[in-house]
Amino acid sequence: MDVTTHPSSSTPGRLQRFSRAERYLHRSIAALTFVLIATGAALFLPSISVLVGNRPLVSNIHVIAGFVLPVPIVLALFSRAFRKDIETLNRFSPGDWRWLRSRERRTGRIAVGKFNAGQKLNSAFTLGWILVMLATGSVMFFNAYFPDDIRTGATFVHDWLTLLVVVVVGGHIYMAMNDAEARVGMRTGEVSTKWTQREHAQWANEVSC
Amino acid sequence: MSITDDAPTREQDVARKGSPVGRRVVLGMLGVGAVGVALGRPAQEAIQSTVSAIAPGLGGIVPAAGGFRIYTVTGGYPSMPVEDYRLEVTGAVANPLSLSFADLADLPQTQMTKDFQCVTGWRVDDVPWSGVLLRDVLIAAGANTSQTALRFFSFDGAYTESLTMGQALRDDVLVASSMFGKPITREHGGPVRLYVAPMYGYKSLKWMSGIEVVDEVVPGYWEVRGYDIDAWVGASNGRNDAPIV
Repeated sequence: MDVTTHPSSSTPGRLQRFSRAERYLHRSIAALTFVLIATGAALFLPSISVLVGNRPLVSNIHVIAGFVLPVPIVLALFSRAFRKDIETLNRFSPGDWRWLRSRERRTGRIAVGKFNAGQKLNSAFTLGWILVMLATGSVMFFNAYFPDDIRTGATFVHDWLTLLVVVVVGGHIYMAMNDAEARVGMRTGEVSTKWTQREHAQWANEVSC
Repeated sequence: MSITDDAPTREQDVARKGSPVGRRVVLGMLGVGAVGVALGRPAQEAIQSTVSAIAPGLGGIVPAAGGFRIYTVTGGYPSMPVEDYRLEVTGAVANPLSLSFADLADLPQTQMTKDFQCVTGWRVDDVPWSGVLLRDVLIAAGANTSQTALRFFSFDGAYTESLTMGQALRDDVLVASSMFGKPITREHGGPVRLYVAPMYGYKSLKWMSGIEVVDEVVPGYWEVRGYDIDAWVGASNGRNDAPIV
């Protein structure tokens, strides 16, 4: 049952953090999110609409990217490593709450597991916005089947949640820009033990014993 | 720690693995999203009136704050220098006209401040419009008002519209050359567009270059694509929006 307790790594001094399926999932979601934000901006912001033009094409790309977005997640569910990580991401330990509230969360004094509380919240928020955007986007796309109030309400949620998503995705990228080893981890699947001991000490203990 | 054959209780499960905060966040977002959809229409209206009171220009940058969403039926947004602009008035008229922007400015000017309601649901409140009443253009051209209908053409080469003669003679149908006290911009259909106040936005043809007086209604671009020809706000296209008065 304990599949990832002893992550094997091909390189000495490095730990396996993300499986190939998880890395592809991350890349797919990132690429689709980028396309959705870019095409969404061209549809939504008048100043960009005028520069880009081609509204029907932009709109089609946005709709297709939106409906494709859940596909990599469903495919990744075939990966046992991903299912295991979902379980870890879902659960908040008392330490996670302490970490979130602490001013010292970046010093490493509170040992965190494979994912810190911020990463857990980000993953939940990501799944949440994908589902809400999919639902409201579907109402906007299949608008003939919905009454006016629901259409306007769905547009309202789709518009305002977009602004929140852009802020959170921006924050996610900002955090990654400041942590080269975290980026290496997502690119290659492996992270250094040194980084792990600093950022995810509890996980380092679990996997090295 | 004893291990039993029984399935762990909920409390034991939470104690061992932690509380399922991720699931709660996802379900919470779905719940807030559903409430947002249910209450979105009044909420959007409240936000629009608040924003227009505090920061009137914001809607022009972020449509969710109550601004226009910019549509076009072609691949781009046609552009025409004001000095090259001509509005051709043809068909059943005594004097066919080719009006420059300056010629339009010499005709009697009319101002009105009225909402713009899109058939897709969004509405921009209290837009100040000005220009020449379509009726005054028709009078200047000596149009035969016993004819049935009008056709409108856009210099984008694709967008067309229609009105009955009765609709065209109303006092809230404008050949508009100004919005918000400024010349109509390219994305809003400048230099000159139609503004048919009581009808959904698709009737307000953008980039207008031609008016033809004809003897029957010819469905326009959007009407060929399934939208109602008589596009009264709140009484067409299956919608219940408040009429524009």
